[in-house]
Amino acid sequence: MDRRQALKVMAIAAATPGLTSCLTGEDEGTGAVGTLPTGHAGPAGTAWDPDLLAPVIPWERTLTSDELEALAAICDVIVPADDRSPSASALGVHDFIDEWVSAPYERNEQDSVIVRGGLVWLDREAAGRFGEGRRFRDLDAAGKHAICDDICYRPDTAPEYQAGARFFDRVRDLAAGAFWTTSEGMQDLQYVGNVPLARWDPPPAEVLRHIGLL
Amino acid sequence: MRRRRQQSYDVIIVGSGAAGGICAYVLACSGARVLMLEAGRDYDPVTETPMFQLPSDAPLRGVGTREKPFGFYDATVDGGWEVPGEPYASAAGSTFRWWRARMLGGRTNHWGRISLRNGPYDFAPYSRDGLGFDWPMSYEDVAPYYDKTETLIGVYGSNEGLENTPDSPAGVLQPPPAPRANELLVQHVGADLGVPVIPAHIAILTEAQDADRLSRVLWPNDALAQRVTAESMRSRAACFYATPCGRGCAIKANFQSPTVVLPPALATGNLDILTNAMVREVTVDSSGRATGVHYVDKTTRLDEHVSARVVVVAASAAESARILLNSKSGPFPDGIGNGSGLVGRYLMDTVGASVSGQIPALEGMPAHNADGASAMHLYVPWWLYREQARGRLDFARGYHIELGGGRRMPGFGTFSGLERFTSGSYGAQFKEDCRRYYGSFVSFSGRGEMIPNEDSYCEIDPNQVDQWGIPTLRFHWRWSEHELNQARHMQHTFADIIDAMGGRVTSTIHEDGADAIAPGGEIIHEVGGVIMGDDPSRSVLNQFCQSWEVDNLFVTDGGCFVSNADKNPTLTIMAIAWRASDYIVDQLNTGSL
Repeated sequence: MDRRQALKVMAIAAATPGLTSCLTGEDEGTGAVGTLPTGHAGPAGTAWDPDLLAPVIPWERTLTSDELEALAAICDVIVPADDRSPSASALGVHDFIDEWVSAPYERNEQDSVIVRGGLVWLDREAAGRFGEGRRFRDLDAAGKHAICDDICYRPDTAPEYQAGARFFDRVRDLAAGAFWTTSEGMQDLQYVGNVPLARWDPPPAEVLRHIGLL
Repeated sequence: MRRRRQQSYDVIIVGSGAAGGICAYVLACSGARVLMLEAGRDYDPVTETPMFQLPSDAPLRGVGTREKPFGFYDATVDGGWEVPGEPYASAAGSTFRWWRARMLGGRTNHWGRISLRNGPYDFAPYSRDGLGFDWPMSYEDVAPYYDKTETLIGVYGSNEGLENTPDSPAGVLQPPPAPRANELLVQHVGADLGVPVIPAHIAILTEAQDADRLSRVLWPNDALAQRVTAESMRSRAACFYATPCGRGCAIKANFQSPTVVLPPALATGNLDILTNAMVREVTVDSSGRATGVHYVDKTTRLDEHVSARVVVVAASAAESARILLNSKSGPFPDGIGNGSGLVGRYLMDTVGASVSGQIPALEGMPAHNADGASAMHLYVPWWLYREQARGRLDFARGYHIELGGGRRMPGFGTFSGLERFTSGSYGAQFKEDCRRYYGSFVSFSGRGEMIPNEDSYCEIDPNQVDQWGIPTLRFHWRWSEHELNQARHMQHTFADIIDAMGGRVTSTIHEDGADAIAPGGEIIHEVGGVIMGDDPSRSVLNQFCQSWEVDNLFVTDGGCFVSNADKNPTLTIMAIAWRASDYIVDQLNTGSL
């Protein structure tokens, strides 16, 4: 939601019965109360004082278009489309991972090595199993799953696949973090908050029944 | 930076957070001419707060970074564990983390809004168990100021009549919101475990304030104060149960100094605010009386001086100690008001330990809105007073439990590490698993009392100045067995609760309290360092936050704390600051200052 949309939501909230007193208050009365004096500078636009309402990402993306294609393929194996929500790549999860691994923080720089190295590893594994020149993104579903089944759970992973498993683990966490923090991902989880309410009610009866308290 | 409008001031206030904000409000409403100096920039929550934005609207899905440690949308700007160009140090063998917020309103912009009164025991801890110090005043002395503070800022909660967990008078508290499902489950098992789970006290409005009545209650004989207070209250909305409080609140439903106390203070016409004004030292005349403060104007990097009859330092506990220690003069070679040598001493934080768990009963929950008032609706006050009195516990003081979890807005880490529950699922099964496990994770955070000790203090670092040329702090820190044992007890208690809920603990339970406890400073409840007392040789301030040595110097923030009860300090900071402000007004009116 950008700033304009957020303000629109708040305007709707202001028009909701029971919420009216709040948002119009500043236009009433003397104008002195509730308004700090002018001269207000606002965000400096620095890393320590960014514009929270119009965020910018100051660093350059580092993945190549070929790497992004490879990343989209593995992300879609982890989070495919189904009848409730789209696939990871349809929501730009691979682009987010590019943003993530390109960020100038130690944690992200470590992830860059894991992700970029893992993408090469995946293609090498595809070629080893299915013939030279084959790349992971070109495999059919059964081929992709054959590789992923060997690296999807580290405690059960054979020693020779540990590096691949570490990569898979990390991409799964990054993809899940990216996917379910979007509007579409939140709908997928049936998260129904982040909307202004005129009043707060106790949990519905079906919820209380679900947890055995009714 | 705001221009000063007046030629002379009665009071200079250093800092604009909980203490500075309350002092400015009370003093300005009482007719004193006040100049507030704030080291950070001007900040307006009404226009700057990111309300409703999703993680996907922020860089890195809003996760914490070096520059925004509590996440991109956290209200803190120009602050955090580091402030550029303003270093601090921990002495060898010590770890202390110091959170600062260089902005109008300081840390009130992002705080947890947890507003628990200290109880009668908490003002006389030494008398009860022989540890630490007693306060120079009692709960009964401070209670009227808790009443005033809660009435002004708006605190939801209930009166349960529990031991050392004070009730508020009728008509003071706002109604608590109904509990969330995960909180009800904790309450349910708590009944069997003997753990009381009751409405939390949180500085969030759940209904519009009764501006006419409350303004008259607060200022029975003062038309101007009534008017500005009532108008300010009318400008605030009740919570609409969406968007996290840590971002700040554009509709002013929660307490932030720049939305709740600074606007009415400004509306009196008696308050001027200078931002980007980094105070270096309090100045004195040859008789040792405070004359004003030196500050660095951050925009010009030039040293400036302002004068007033009274100087109130409210820069946060450690920063206030720093200013006093750096105020060296002929009469005060070791820092102003430091004849006792105690400035910087007896620094305290809160004991913190946490445990997370996964609760099968919360899996696959029917969709419903669980955002609530952002903060917790229920909490656990300390309940083992009797066991402690009988010597059955290996730590002397209490803790409360803060509840978290449930179907809140998904964050970047919501599903990280889920493979431990799913045997590494991916694909269609992974999506099903995420839907199933979403909302089934809970957390318990203990917040406990630290007893002041000789080895936890701050001092001026002889080797360092900040970018404004001001000598910086070096921290020394040591927990006693009381804190370490308490942290271990917390973790075991939380594991028992998760077990009783039929859940699985997902974090490590440590047998050594030193592994369970959060590092010093990390709970951001640092208090002490400028302690009050009734003996000038054993304290820096009297019970009205007044320097024993300099009549017109006051320190009204958490620096004055003598103990650090498990109750989060902000409400008590504000109550004590209000009490000190009434005293200052009285002294100004009688000509004593």
